[in-house]
Amino acid sequence: MIRKPISKIRAVVVLAMLSGLAQADLVIDVQGVSQPTPVAIVPFGWEGSSPAMPVDVAKVIQSDLKRSGRFAPIDEAKMLQKPTDGADVDFQDWGFVGVEAVVVGKVIQTGDDTFTLQFQLFDTFQRRQLVGYRMTATRNNMRGAAHRAADMIYEKLTGIKGVFGTKVAYVTADQRADGRLFSLYVSDQDGENEYKIMESKDPIMSPAWSPDSRQLAYVSFEGSKSSIFVQTLRSGNRFQVSNKPGINGAPSFSPDGRKLVVTLGGIDGNPDIYILDITSRESRRLTTHRAIDTEGTWSPDGRYIYFTSDRSGGPQIYRIPASGGTPERITFEGSYNARPRLSPDGTRLAMVHNDRGNYRIAVMNLERKDLLVLSTGRQDESPSFAPNSDILIYATRQDGDGVLESVSADGLIRQKMASGRGDVREPVWSPFPRFQ
Amino acid sequence: MSYFKIFAVALLGAMLAGCPSTPIADPDPVDTTYGNDDSSADTAGMGDGDPFGGAEMNDPSAGELGMVIYFDFDSSEVRAEDQELVSRHAMQLNDSMGNVRLDGHADERGSREYNIGLGERRAQAVRQMLMIQGVSASQIQTVSFGEEQPVAMGSSESDYAENRRVEITYTN
Repeated sequence: MIRKPISKIRAVVVLAMLSGLAQADLVIDVQGVSQPTPVAIVPFGWEGSSPAMPVDVAKVIQSDLKRSGRFAPIDEAKMLQKPTDGADVDFQDWGFVGVEAVVVGKVIQTGDDTFTLQFQLFDTFQRRQLVGYRMTATRNNMRGAAHRAADMIYEKLTGIKGVFGTKVAYVTADQRADGRLFSLYVSDQDGENEYKIMESKDPIMSPAWSPDSRQLAYVSFEGSKSSIFVQTLRSGNRFQVSNKPGINGAPSFSPDGRKLVVTLGGIDGNPDIYILDITSRESRRLTTHRAIDTEGTWSPDGRYIYFTSDRSGGPQIYRIPASGGTPERITFEGSYNARPRLSPDGTRLAMVHNDRGNYRIAVMNLERKDLLVLSTGRQDESPSFAPNSDILIYATRQDGDGVLESVSADGLIRQKMASGRGDVREPVWSPFPRFQ
Repeated sequence: MSYFKIFAVALLGAMLAGCPSTPIADPDPVDTTYGNDDSSADTAGMGDGDPFGGAEMNDPSAGELGMVIYFDFDSSEVRAEDQELVSRHAMQLNDSMGNVRLDGHADERGSREYNIGLGERRAQAVRQMLMIQGVSASQIQTVSFGEEQPVAMGSSESDYAENRRVEITYTN
């Protein structure tokens, strides 16, 4: 395992990803560790009927690793050799260039729309293969296969599971001549393959992934009242799961995917936490306080619901057993802590924290109880953990528009993702894809 | 925020609405000449102007009553100067037995779903005030849009003040 000591000095790497796809134009600005590990991703070989492979696999892997902030892939011009097969790797050459790891591979066309993608990762110091893998792909999913390869490489080199093959959902609001248009998008975590799954002239809020990544729950104000929908991504079909008087808000799936924790306000407008069975539509009330209780989220083990409540005056984070019981206050630092989200490994709690007048993303270690402020904006919101618990995505402001940023859970590596889509907000990171 | 002016016009409208639509003769003609004749000042009579037409108001959009109530930071209390406006709406609703929707809004600071709660609290404050004055619960619907529908797009204190509001919409 190659893992460089992380320095607190930040280097700024600006990486413009030029996309061939018209719908995705993402500029990523990485603030990373001062000494990212030098690696080489050798251009992949191509054996097929067309002049070039459908997706430049090496380029996708290189972008993924570079964007992580932990790696510095070297330029192709500096490579003394460009093998496409492990047997041809000359460790002496790579040692001379100074890289710690080398990736080689090729794409072989096996049918009209079937391809084999193979790659090998070598440790140039120990002069041995760390991983070799072969997978099948089509034109459509080759980019996904390349992300998967990057995930395996990342995990071998860092010991942390890669999230390059995951997705992000987010909401945009565009000001148009005839009013505001809200849209709900799903894209790859690098901003590619962006799909609009829903749009409305009324607000869309609070997207939440199902644990199997197949569905999104969200709040829609169509018809000038709030209701909660669950939409299947593949088909686009959706069904309404809650349309009660008053607030229908803040859905979040249970770990088994069968229930949602939601906020219902009722006709008298007292927002409380409920658990809603998605199939039967029966709801069970968990909190009964006259304060605002909202933003419920399940602990990964399913035992607790963490939520925001202003029962003490300002908003703070509490938890209550999912089976019912007495709420227990979790946050005490500062006057404003809201929108709790637990890391998938259950060790940390992310929140919106008022830091001397600025709303910022903070993470609390649930064991040590210490709070680490991770973002630097004035109006940061909607933290969401990547499924590896190592990175968070959130929304911040830039020149009046909402943009997305991600930050490593230790606060050292930050990326800005500008989609050029106007006001972007409420990013939520998908679970791991199902093949893992 | 000139609804005081609008309010005055609405009151005038309401008074006129109660009058017959024929021109009214001056009931008490008096000499209204002021000062000496050699004064450089001059007066001019205004005349009656054209007579107003008037009719009973049953416009469900509540004529020209102010339709927006603003709130202080982190507050859902209807300000003293707005309580009269809420009362006017209560009277209107009691007369017409119409329905109204109260849209609660928050400024952009903080978490979005918590702001839905804050907007709802403001809408409920207005709802309670209407109900105390006789409006039936069945006439009122509340919706909180939180920070999702700002009217002022900036991030200054005055933008925030414009966005912390309840909008009143007559639905029939």
